[in-house]
Amino acid sequence: MDYQPTSEAELSEIVKATTNPLAIVGGGTRRARPVKGDMVSTAGISGIVDYEPGALTMVARAGTPLFEIEATLAKENQQLAFEPLSLAGILGSSGHSTIGGVFAANASGSRRIQAGAARDFLLGVRFVDGAGKIVKNGGRVMKNVTGYDLVKLLAGSWGTLGILSEVSFKVLPISDVSATLSMKADDPKTAIDIMTTCMNTAFDVTGAAYDAVAGCVYIRIEGFEKSVAYRSGALQQIVSKFGAVDILEMTASRAVWTQIQNLSMLQNRDGDLWRVSVKPTDGANVVHAISPDAYVMDWSGGSIWMRVSKGMDVRGALGSIAGHATCYVGDAAMFHPEPENVRVLTDAIRRKYDPKAILNQGLMG
Amino acid sequence: MEMPIPSDFRIARKSELMSRLRAVLPPECVIDDPMETRAYECDALSAYRCAPLGVVLPYTTEQVATALKICFEMDIPVVPRGAGTSLAGGSLPTADSIILGVARMNDVLETDYANRFVRVQTGRTNLSVTGAVEADGYFYAPDPSSQLACAIAGNIAMNSGGAHCLKYGVTSNNLLGVRLVTMQGEIVDIGGAQLDAAGMDLLGVICGSEGQLGVVTEATLRILHKPEGALPVLIGFDSNEVAGACVSDIIRAGVLPVAIEFMDRPCIRATEEFAKAGYPDCEALLIIEVEGSPLEIEEQLEKIMSIAAAHDPVEVRRANDSDEAARIWLGRKSAFGAMGQINDYMCLDGTIPVSKLPYVLRRIGEMSQQFGLGVGNVFHAGDGNMHPLILYNANEPGQLELCEQFGAEILKLCVEVGGCLTGEHGVGIEKRDLMDHQFAPDDLEAQMAIKDVFDPKWLLNPAKVFPLAASERRRDQGL
Repeated sequence: MDYQPTSEAELSEIVKATTNPLAIVGGGTRRARPVKGDMVSTAGISGIVDYEPGALTMVARAGTPLFEIEATLAKENQQLAFEPLSLAGILGSSGHSTIGGVFAANASGSRRIQAGAARDFLLGVRFVDGAGKIVKNGGRVMKNVTGYDLVKLLAGSWGTLGILSEVSFKVLPISDVSATLSMKADDPKTAIDIMTTCMNTAFDVTGAAYDAVAGCVYIRIEGFEKSVAYRSGALQQIVSKFGAVDILEMTASRAVWTQIQNLSMLQNRDGDLWRVSVKPTDGANVVHAISPDAYVMDWSGGSIWMRVSKGMDVRGALGSIAGHATCYVGDAAMFHPEPENVRVLTDAIRRKYDPKAILNQGLMG
Repeated sequence: MEMPIPSDFRIARKSELMSRLRAVLPPECVIDDPMETRAYECDALSAYRCAPLGVVLPYTTEQVATALKICFEMDIPVVPRGAGTSLAGGSLPTADSIILGVARMNDVLETDYANRFVRVQTGRTNLSVTGAVEADGYFYAPDPSSQLACAIAGNIAMNSGGAHCLKYGVTSNNLLGVRLVTMQGEIVDIGGAQLDAAGMDLLGVICGSEGQLGVVTEATLRILHKPEGALPVLIGFDSNEVAGACVSDIIRAGVLPVAIEFMDRPCIRATEEFAKAGYPDCEALLIIEVEGSPLEIEEQLEKIMSIAAAHDPVEVRRANDSDEAARIWLGRKSAFGAMGQINDYMCLDGTIPVSKLPYVLRRIGEMSQQFGLGVGNVFHAGDGNMHPLILYNANEPGQLELCEQFGAEILKLCVEVGGCLTGEHGVGIEKRDLMDHQFAPDDLEAQMAIKDVFDPKWLLNPAKVFPLAASERRRDQGL
């Protein structure tokens, strides 16, 4: 049996009534893993509820398509500043990403390093827990410490703690100007040196990535015209010791980051797809330890998306490097195993929020 | 504000508790001399005080774990304490509890500029985190106004903000990892130096949990390179509405100042008498600060001033150098002190949607008449975080209660217009019994379920955050 509720109340009734496992889906674009159970789609719980451009806040029902949100924001020259990562291309999924799915997956892109992650922009949630209870937390204001921050707990919980029905979030202006410094780098160590050098300046870099397939490092600066000209000039001088620097302007600059957002360089390739998260200077060690077939580093080297041969034990290969690995395509468990004393806590939270053990079973923990 | 009746059973176990603690901790770490514990009877919400059974001040995470394990076994509530600067009573003890302070744990454990983080013990003060990296050009962004005194432990417990969080975010957005000791004495590491913690976002829920889930002894904090410079502009308006509209227009124009501060007439007048900052005599003023190189500052200030010009400002005063900047900030930074000169005051921090500002200020003005108590408003206008300062006379019987009633009405108003009870100070005991206005029983139940997991006996800072009636059954289970 598949469900497509059109309201939060209806969603709540469905969850209350069932004892079957439920596979929760927004637009289905991020479903890296099959989940067993009756499908519950939130796509019918859709629509922008409130948008205050002067307050930089929007409230939308969880099933609202991302394209609708982005188009509405663009009319006011605003955007989701965390650049939601798009997995549709690389997973070959069809359908439209929903705003609920973006936050449930905490799907942050390149600007995470400067502006924050999806979870940092999420201000409030309404969700239906595994018992069918409707719960709200947070609100629609930017500063809120009233009670526990379940907003962050729900962000990145992949539907395992509750089914999001409404989200409110912070948005930011689209910068007037975007420019990208582009440099050749043959090895990850050099690439990371360039990226960390740029991140450690006063110039507010909004993207630092290394496309190892093209052998190119990209450093992005955004803002008002004079400021971007000044900052890209200053950064160019600083990194010129690493080699020649090209400056990509506007359209060319934005195109680079769209490719990274879509992981274009890893599409149409065989092998498992992993993402490893470490501190930036460990990025080169990760590459040496794993020797991926192809990879792209974001977040100054701290987020490494890679294709590896089918079945490779990426977590084993990481050895003592601190961080975690997520398997998007492959047979390994999607999420990194938690230390025992953490698992005890997360298991207990799951039992509280999902007492019938029916929400996206087996996906996370 | 009501506190639960202390348990005689627990009070009777005091000597056993102290001797068990002394048996395993260095002698100077365990204090129960009433003269010495006096300093721990209250925090910055000083209208409420209570002597605890004792105070434990460990040097290490392991000692924290040892102390908690003993209290867990003996069913003794523990009130964690950073520097005791909470305005919400977050570290107010009860007579049957002990205070566990992290003040002795203030080392910097690791500094890593390439990866932009520091790892510190949480007894360290907020400002001294920046102090440790400042010479190399870095800073820790969250800047609560108590930053000289407040500890990182308390910042994490309350998810503290500050004037500059419009650009840089609050504690939660700058916290990468914690070492946490649970009430059972288990030491748990969550997150690390990487930008995202693995799996379920426990870090997110620990930050802002008001010391109810565990005692955080170490924190990995994101640090940033300092901007080249910063300068403010001061703009005066003849109505709150116009000032509010100007803020909205600046934000819509794509300028993202690091701070937008708002002061209303009562606050301007009080401040002017006290600090003589030379502020214009007007209904509302904004102090807007931008960052960057001289050229970038110029570009942003020009945009801001041209937007302001369309709103008929009574005065526009831009700083050209750091001296002029300091003069502009002088009044704002003395605002609390100035109000304190006039009278005792209570400072609230409800947040509202920015568009509701004129309405809320008008209603506060009306209520001020009704209650017969003066009120001045300072405000982080960019993010809607209000700071009404209600004036009262603590020596006059009944005034504190009247002031609290007035405060409660303001906070209910914040919730009514779509905001919340507290933007950065936390709930503590102060707003605990107003939580019902913002949350339905199921909403509170979902939060309390998290505490059930971390602290099944409800011994850590138990009588805070949740309405006493809502948490009663849980708090009383060990008795």
